[in-house]
Amino acid sequence: MPQSSIKNYLHESQLFLGRAIAASALVILLLSVLIGRLFYLQVKNHEHFTTLSQDNRVKVEPLPPTRGLIYDRKGVILAQNLPAYSLEITPEKTRDLEATIEELGKIIPISEEDVQRFRKLRKQSRRFDSIPIRVRLKEEEVARIAIHRHRFPGVDVKATLLRDYPLGVETAHLLGYVGRINEKERQIIDTSNYSGTNFIGKNGVEKSYENMLHGQVGLQQVEVNAKGRVLRVLENQPPRPGDNLNLFLDIGLQETALRALGDFNGAVAAIDIQTGGVLVLVSKPGYDPNLFVEGISAKAYRELEESPDNPLFNRAIRGQYPPGSTVKPFIGLAGLEYDVVGFHQETYCPGYYQLPGKEHKYRDWKKWGHGKVDMKKAIVESCDVYYYELARTLGIDRLHEFLYGFGFGHTTRIDLDNELPGLMPSREWKRQKRREPWYPGETLIVGIGQGYFLATPLQLASATATLANRGHRTRPRVVATIEKPDGAIMESPKIDDDLHQLDPEHWEQVIDAMASVIESPRGTAHSIQSPSYRIAGKTGTAQVFSVKQDEEYDEENVARRNRDHALFIAFAPIENPRIAIAVVVENGGHGGSVAAPIARQVMDQYLLGDTPVTPPGSAQ
Amino acid sequence: MIWSKPNIQFHESKPAQAEGLLAWLHIDLTLLSALLILIGIGLAILYSAGDQEFVLLQKQLIRLGFGFVAMITLAQIHPDNFRRWSPWLYGVGIILLLLVILFGELGKGAQRWLDLGFVRFQPSEMFKLTLPMVIAWYLAEHRLPPSTSRLLIAGLFTVIPVLLIAKQPDLGTALLVGTGGAFALFLAGISWRLIFAAGAGLAAMGPLAWYLMHDYQRQRVLTFLNPESDPLGTGYHIIQSKIAIGSGGISGKGWLNGTQSHLEFLPERHTDFIFAVISEEFGLVGIIALLTLYLFIILRGLYIATQAQDTYGRILAGSLSLIFFVYLFVNAGMVTGLLPVVGVPLPLISYGGTSLVTILAGFGMLMSIHTHKKLLPT
Repeated sequence: MPQSSIKNYLHESQLFLGRAIAASALVILLLSVLIGRLFYLQVKNHEHFTTLSQDNRVKVEPLPPTRGLIYDRKGVILAQNLPAYSLEITPEKTRDLEATIEELGKIIPISEEDVQRFRKLRKQSRRFDSIPIRVRLKEEEVARIAIHRHRFPGVDVKATLLRDYPLGVETAHLLGYVGRINEKERQIIDTSNYSGTNFIGKNGVEKSYENMLHGQVGLQQVEVNAKGRVLRVLENQPPRPGDNLNLFLDIGLQETALRALGDFNGAVAAIDIQTGGVLVLVSKPGYDPNLFVEGISAKAYRELEESPDNPLFNRAIRGQYPPGSTVKPFIGLAGLEYDVVGFHQETYCPGYYQLPGKEHKYRDWKKWGHGKVDMKKAIVESCDVYYYELARTLGIDRLHEFLYGFGFGHTTRIDLDNELPGLMPSREWKRQKRREPWYPGETLIVGIGQGYFLATPLQLASATATLANRGHRTRPRVVATIEKPDGAIMESPKIDDDLHQLDPEHWEQVIDAMASVIESPRGTAHSIQSPSYRIAGKTGTAQVFSVKQDEEYDEENVARRNRDHALFIAFAPIENPRIAIAVVVENGGHGGSVAAPIARQVMDQYLLGDTPVTPPGSAQ
Repeated sequence: MIWSKPNIQFHESKPAQAEGLLAWLHIDLTLLSALLILIGIGLAILYSAGDQEFVLLQKQLIRLGFGFVAMITLAQIHPDNFRRWSPWLYGVGIILLLLVILFGELGKGAQRWLDLGFVRFQPSEMFKLTLPMVIAWYLAEHRLPPSTSRLLIAGLFTVIPVLLIAKQPDLGTALLVGTGGAFALFLAGISWRLIFAAGAGLAAMGPLAWYLMHDYQRQRVLTFLNPESDPLGTGYHIIQSKIAIGSGGISGKGWLNGTQSHLEFLPERHTDFIFAVISEEFGLVGIIALLTLYLFIILRGLYIATQAQDTYGRILAGSLSLIFFVYLFVNAGMVTGLLPVVGVPLPLISYGGTSLVTILAGFGMLMSIHTHKKLLPT
């Protein structure tokens, strides 16, 4: 080998050594950069990443409280929570919502109504909310979904407690119902307390007692994996269930009243005189509140809303009817109290009444007149002419003042939402609302409970209870006791708004006249006389259709919807009043023949218990 | 120090018999010990990252077995044979790469495997060894530093397989093979001026590369630049990986206690992202210890290269050691968010077969170069 080769070898060896050292330096440099990066992540930003890691792994889950139950006075359950499976979709997690719904429809039946309801709920929900597409799944359907579940991201079968109203239509208006929380409600609720809750009371007791029924949310800190599966519970703060409510309502009476209304629409309100507790609050027709719990389909809702019978309307506290002759005992009492008339003072009824110097004839229901009439006869036979005269004498100001004291023209402030105040007209009212002066003729028709005068069935029952109680006004209330989760029982407060002290004799005179409405053979409600207890009552007829001057009201020829409303108020027993009741039968005709028997049936059952209480529905 | 101390220990502490056996088997004890320690640590981590499943460990052990057989087998072969086979292996490799592209099976959206009937084979993997071999063979024939024309041809040797592999497309392997070739050229002594010129050229090629990339590759680069832009999609890996590393802190959450990995937030935690598991469970202290072990192996490899008897051995040994480093750096860089996500495993620790065998085979060649001493040419 030539010399150059050896030199070459040495040179190459030197060259390589240089390169190897350079490479080593590069390796060490790059590893230092790497360690610098690790230092940056693990030391400088350690806390930041620790927080992120905790956020990853620990989730706080709200534990929704169980909604309180609602019972009637005898412990019959009216609102409960039933376990149910629903199929829910979270739109955010779904790739193609329409395709998903279509595919699901091939596995379990999904009706057009289900889809509609889903779309409606979706509009009211947030993207990450899960929305039911089918509710109350059958076991078999749950199983079928389980097999195919992997094909549907964002689709889940959820076991929930669904509100259930076992008596359905019977308690619909009184209890109301719960429904999914909408955007508007979301703005007023305490969002943290409702973080696990999907439902909220929409009306009735469910709404007015929402705070108590809902309870307090619990919290659970859980460790989850990347798929969101809960691995273990780190901390658990159980929810406090909602309070149970025991109502004054007697569901047996409620059923009786509903049944007694027969084919008529109308309302019945009955109050326990001593406590103000609402024993019956019926508004007919009703609806099935269970339909609303998981969201009613648009079609079904439209049907309810557009029905001429107005089933969604709570007539008992929102129906404002002319009270008709049922106000006569109260106006009579006013006459006695203001001393404008004596109980036995007589007036002549020719069948009509005319204001001095006026042509217009205010008619009596009895064309040929009642002849000589005192207050008792005027109440027993319901003479209108007597009351035209009395009203004129009293004047609208005194009428307004006195009747307002009995609760007319303002809400009873019952523990229910949305009660309407009726209308007790006055000069002031007319000036403000109609921008017109008060005319004397208007006073006359207020005297027979017509004209502007409007009252709700609940107001009538409450006024009757006040009468029975000789001026003690006890505010009507639905809830009797509130049962806390720890077993403590709270009584709902009894609130009295007493009338001014009236002459005791005047009470007895008016009540005596009301007793004769039933007991006198000429009484307008003689047919309901009971051998077992004494009833004081008053019939009424509210005009729906106005009869022209000199024209006769021909019942047969007036269309059913334009027929008069039949009214009846009563309390019993006279000696020891326990129940006050008001019945309004829409288009029922005569108070005495249609409304009074309904009141009798309810009173009989309450006072005598003769009709055995049927265990309603399938209540446990 | 590091380079020579193990040798002294070797002579002093080992009994003559063991020394004789290892020498007879052409095993470098220093390198072997370091590899065994690393593999042992790797198995412990894999046990944790793989949800404590023994099945995973078993499979990994079987692969390691194959790897060690390859290593010891190659250690027996005289480096002269490697040199003689270099051009043939390279040629066969290129043909196989072409076959992959022509007939390759579809797998993971990329054609990488060649099914030979009895065994499925990934030809791109062998270029991690054969490319340095062929460059060493070609450049060692003549005087170094190489002439420009020879350099161009050597560059061509590199570019052909890199392009073929990138076309599969397998960016990770192409990168490793390419840097392997580049290191071989660097060790052969090309001038610094040329190195900087090449670096500048590569930087200028960036836009062209972008144009040639597949959509998913572009997405990876975009995600690398801003992982938070797509936190649930492609950015998810890197975000979760950074959380795992960062939350590990200085001392770590402890073995088997990494929440990011055990609660499945960290994807591919037993394969490409196992580095994050180590960082989470053993902290900065643990990861520095591990990097030190890697560094020791790399420096030992470079030391072997400097001790090699001829230019071929030097270039080959040096290139293999540096490829091992590139594996480490690209993987760790990706997991820590320094580099874009490319599918490169953490060498000798990540779960997975082919690269494990390749790497151990490479160490077998290193041992062969170190243990087959020959006389200086006269």
